[in-house]
Amino acid sequence: MKDDVILRTITKFMLPFIQIFAFYTLAHGEISPGGGFQAGVIFGSSFILIALVFGKKEARSKMPRSVNDVLISTGDFIYAFTGLFCIFAGGFFLEYGELPFHSAKEGNHIGMIIIELGVAITVAAVMMTIFFEIAGKEDD
Amino acid sequence: MIEFIADKYNFWIAIVLMMIGFYAIIAKHNLVKKVIGLNIFQTSVFLFYISISKVNGGTAPIIWHPEGHAEVVYDNPLPHVLILTAIVVSVSVTAVALGIIVKLYKNYGSIEDDEIKLIEHNEPELDSK
Amino acid sequence: MIAVDFLLLLLLVIIAVAAISAKDILTSIMLLGSYSLVIAMEWVLLNAVDVAFTEAAVGAGISTILMIAVLTRVPRFEKEMTEQKHFFDLFNRSELLALATVVITGILLISGTWDMPAFGDPNSPANSYLSPEYIARSYPETGSHNIVTAVLASYRGYDTLGETTVVFTAAICLILLIRSYKNNER
Repeated sequence: MKDDVILRTITKFMLPFIQIFAFYTLAHGEISPGGGFQAGVIFGSSFILIALVFGKKEARSKMPRSVNDVLISTGDFIYAFTGLFCIFAGGFFLEYGELPFHSAKEGNHIGMIIIELGVAITVAAVMMTIFFEIAGKEDD
Repeated sequence: MIEFIADKYNFWIAIVLMMIGFYAIIAKHNLVKKVIGLNIFQTSVFLFYISISKVNGGTAPIIWHPEGHAEVVYDNPLPHVLILTAIVVSVSVTAVALGIIVKLYKNYGSIEDDEIKLIEHNEPELDSK
Repeated sequence: MIAVDFLLLLLLVIIAVAAISAKDILTSIMLLGSYSLVIAMEWVLLNAVDVAFTEAAVGAGISTILMIAVLTRVPRFEKEMTEQKHFFDLFNRSELLALATVVITGILLISGTWDMPAFGDPNSPANSYLSPEYIARSYPETGSHNIVTAVLASYRGYDTLGETTVVFTAAICLILLIRSYKNNER
């Protein structure tokens, strides 16, 4: 598919919009339908699109294997660390009301934003990992 | 009679889809077909669950105006949350199943389960490398 | 609204039957992708907008592309069975047995739905136990307009941690199964 001019041009044009839409979905998770999972899946799909149109080597050069492996566990770590931080701040595990913000309502709000970010990072990295492992010929 | 069918129509279609997926899992020999049947089975369970959560005259569970929202009837949001988790778990199960299929093909050279059983019967692989 | 519901669900059954009986696996995967899209429409009809978003992104997007990616490594066509077929030349003996099991299970399950509360009942036990509290308390306590996100991230946050771990485990399983290190590269 590397030789098809239409596919290459349209992909290069659409990729920033796809990724910004992923961030939009993540940021508006509390006002409209959306949230962490959907944003992570859309962001992972943008890298799968690069792999489909330009080839696996090109996509791997944009997201090297070591960076991908670290990103899988980063999101989960952010989530669990927020929960542990709530224990250090004096509440139960994952009780965001005890976080050191102005009120319990704001603590809840900020806590939700942080964990949605963690979930999005993990899901995006996992979608990329799964596709790159399964796809490809025998010697890749 | 029509009311009775209209009351239960969603649940019956969910059961019909569940049985179609179940048939694909137990009767088809190709492993990828089995995974497709598993997917159909899982989505039929989601259909059953979300049909339970619908309320007559309700709207989507998003609060537009926080001041006067005591009079608005919302749909039940709790099954939506459970099904969100279940959809992501379903894609994880599909991914691992497909990984196992790739590995089986590398080992046995076939993805029909009766052929794999025959190969395993004739030359059992005690430790495969 | 009822008529659209009726027609969409009938279309779902037709697509599902076609998806499992095609001989070409690529056809089955395409039909599975369209099945996911039609069921995302059904979620929108039932006012489950978050679920529809997730189903359209995950079911019609990721799941379909993963199965097509597997098709680059495994054979594309299903093998033909050579046993004798009964019953209008459609099923052979083992398939008839599977069909009988499936029909009996279906009848038992349908008889289980005889006493269920009606579709859309606001006073059913599922709709009146905990959800009115979540609906009333989610905006004052968390400041989020989307009740589903508030329940997912704040009230049931522990389940979401478990789900993130499940996704992480799927990636680890795939890395362990398939990744090969040639020439000792690490």
